[in-house]
Amino acid sequence: MTDRLKKILLGEQGLVVIFVVAFALVSLLVPNFLTDRNMLGLLQSVVTVGIVACTMMFCLAARDFDLSVGSIVAFAGMVAVMASNTTGSILLGLIAAVACGAVVGWVNGVVIAKFRINALITTLATMQIVRGMALISSDGRAVGINSPDFYQLALSKLLGIPTPIWVLAVLFAIFGFVLNSTVFGKNTLAIGGNPEASRLAGVNVDRTRIWIFTLQGVVCGIAGILLASRITSGQPNAAVGLELSVISACVLGGVSLAGGRATMSGVIVGVLIMGIAENAMNLLNIPAFYQYIVRGVILLLAVLLDNLRSSALGRR
Amino acid sequence: MSFLEFSSITKTYPGVKALSDVSFGVEKGAVHGLMGENGAGKSTLIKILSGDQHADAGEISIDGEVQAYASTRNAFDNGVIVIHQELQLVPELTVAENLSLGRFPASGGIIARRRMLDDVGAKLKSAGIEIDMRRKVKTLSIGERQMVEIAKAVMLDARVIALDEPTSSLSSRESEILFALIDRLRGEGKVILYVSHRLDEVFRLCDSLTVLRDGKLAAHHQSLKDVTRDQVVAEMVGREISDIWGFRPRKAGDVRLKVDGLSGAKLRMPASFEARAGEIVGFFGLIGAGRSELMRLVFGADPRSGGTITVDGEAVAAPSPHDAIRAGIVLCSEDRKHDGIIQGRSIEENINISSRRHHTHFGVLNRASEIATAETFIKKLKVRTPSRKQDIVNLSGGNQQKVILGRWLSEQGIRVLIVDEPTRGIDVGAKSEIYELLYQLAGDGMAIVVVSSELPEVMGICDRILVMCGGRISAELARDQFAEKAILAAALPDKKTPDAIAS
Repeated sequence: MTDRLKKILLGEQGLVVIFVVAFALVSLLVPNFLTDRNMLGLLQSVVTVGIVACTMMFCLAARDFDLSVGSIVAFAGMVAVMASNTTGSILLGLIAAVACGAVVGWVNGVVIAKFRINALITTLATMQIVRGMALISSDGRAVGINSPDFYQLALSKLLGIPTPIWVLAVLFAIFGFVLNSTVFGKNTLAIGGNPEASRLAGVNVDRTRIWIFTLQGVVCGIAGILLASRITSGQPNAAVGLELSVISACVLGGVSLAGGRATMSGVIVGVLIMGIAENAMNLLNIPAFYQYIVRGVILLLAVLLDNLRSSALGRR
Repeated sequence: MSFLEFSSITKTYPGVKALSDVSFGVEKGAVHGLMGENGAGKSTLIKILSGDQHADAGEISIDGEVQAYASTRNAFDNGVIVIHQELQLVPELTVAENLSLGRFPASGGIIARRRMLDDVGAKLKSAGIEIDMRRKVKTLSIGERQMVEIAKAVMLDARVIALDEPTSSLSSRESEILFALIDRLRGEGKVILYVSHRLDEVFRLCDSLTVLRDGKLAAHHQSLKDVTRDQVVAEMVGREISDIWGFRPRKAGDVRLKVDGLSGAKLRMPASFEARAGEIVGFFGLIGAGRSELMRLVFGADPRSGGTITVDGEAVAAPSPHDAIRAGIVLCSEDRKHDGIIQGRSIEENINISSRRHHTHFGVLNRASEIATAETFIKKLKVRTPSRKQDIVNLSGGNQQKVILGRWLSEQGIRVLIVDEPTRGIDVGAKSEIYELLYQLAGDGMAIVVVSSELPEVMGICDRILVMCGGRISAELARDQFAEKAILAAALPDKKTPDAIAS
């Protein structure tokens, strides 16, 4: 009996099993959890983390790190609001935001890949630089959105489901496909597995890494736009600490910090587990201070489980 | 009952029976050889001995006591020390610190340096190991590091020392020092388990021998007096191999690869050479002679500072592996673990990593062709694995090498194949298979460059040999001029005589 339980929990799909069990338990035990309203609210709450986790997964899979995502999300949100206010065109605002995200990501990538500066250090630096830029651009204040159409990005619904959730779902699908079925995805995993061997196998390692960070910037831009739309303004202090939530979600989802191992399904589950934990604690009126502890414990447990799983698979 | 006794050891991995019912014993003060092809179960046996893995059935006893180790640390404490191919030393620490690691002489947490140096110095001296113990390990050569590993075993008063392919990265001179050390340890009554692919060494060093094949005991020789090499080879592969090189003359065609005045940071002199279609060109030299460095320049793995490379008359311009592959030059590196395999990924992915670009549409993989490619080369190169989905780290060295070869053979338009130490750490059976493959590829018109530290190998399989010494090409010999002495003389720096090393 225990052997079989062990086999299920430590198998390839162990995380999914745990997720399903946790979901069932929370549904039974927490009142008002399993309602349409609450489910949509839960998904809404994980949109930002979920979107950024898509590309953070690539970053971690390639043995890199990106701490600047929170700052880019805030900065892109500011740019989207300010550019659309100034030009009067929402579309231009959105393009500007995504472009800014892409540029920051590209700079990260070039510095890391070409100048061989450690990713942790590089993005620690850009994290502060970009946060500074967000604060400077608005003199530290929130900037309200002029056009009500901008709110509609977050408020509009398709088939009863809010647009941001659709965006999240589409990005999950796209990046899942990219990871598993494209040369780019496979090269990312190979680089994480052994960068030097990948280079000698003809993989253009530098270009792949630059692309990973650029994509990360683009995706942060999208997340920034949706966040700004939801909070109806550009907030220079938005998304502080986002990088840690995103990395936690990825690690929860079985992405190896040592590189070379990542699955989209794992990351989705990781993001949802974080969302459910927070949602359930809110419904149970657990004070915010305790929530930090619970989140930390969940992360530790996930990593321990992952460790057990790796040794069960006979990997070193 | 023998001092070290393996009885009925059985171990199954998912999909593979690694060891079944293996029993043999080793006496005190004996050097016992352990031979077998890749995947025969040698490494598994050693891992079980070291407590790294657990046997499903059977037991190991030392001096009549049944050993049950929970961990490698536990094995350590029981006097069992395994020295792996990949050495386990901390590069930033000194020799003395490495040897004291885990048991620093200290008072109140502060290391007693004087005492540490005295202790280590005394032990090194008694073992006859000459190494400056104040040097950091990262400044030592691979041979010296191996000495430190063995010194570690001596420090711990090991009863059983297992050496896994100890000479695979040693020069002949370093090997000699190692052998002397092993002799001394034998005299002290230690049990030494010596895993090697090299028949010469086994016959020279070992008192007794066990041969494994497909996880089973193929033969056990209490003494090697009446045993012949051919017999052992036959026991390993399960059939007779008459001529391990199996050289087949071919016709050389036009010049394929032309390297002219190539220079780079790690090469002391600009190098020039050619390789013709259908030709196998050998590069011989001592470790550090610059052979690998030259090949890395040709492949664009390191930046070149001057010179030209042409393939079939077309210049290879930009120096990167990416471009070299597109120009038809590929390299199988000498350091498989660091430069070859992609750990944590499947055999299938390791094979397809480069050649998949021919089958993709707008960057999207063609799953069917990837599977077909992987299956084709697993079959063609006889990679021993339960499945193409197997993580490459679970394969033995020889099978990993075959996967890397599969990576390049699945490419299209490869005109120059460079293999650096292609058979290092690989057993006899797989060796012949790899040689056979090289003849085949050369016969199909590829130019093949073989870098090797094994003189018999280059003499056995090459049409022409270039000798390197001190970062430059010092001699060139056609097959009818091959002579051991001449080649060694060209490989040695001036002062030393060839006889000192040839012996």
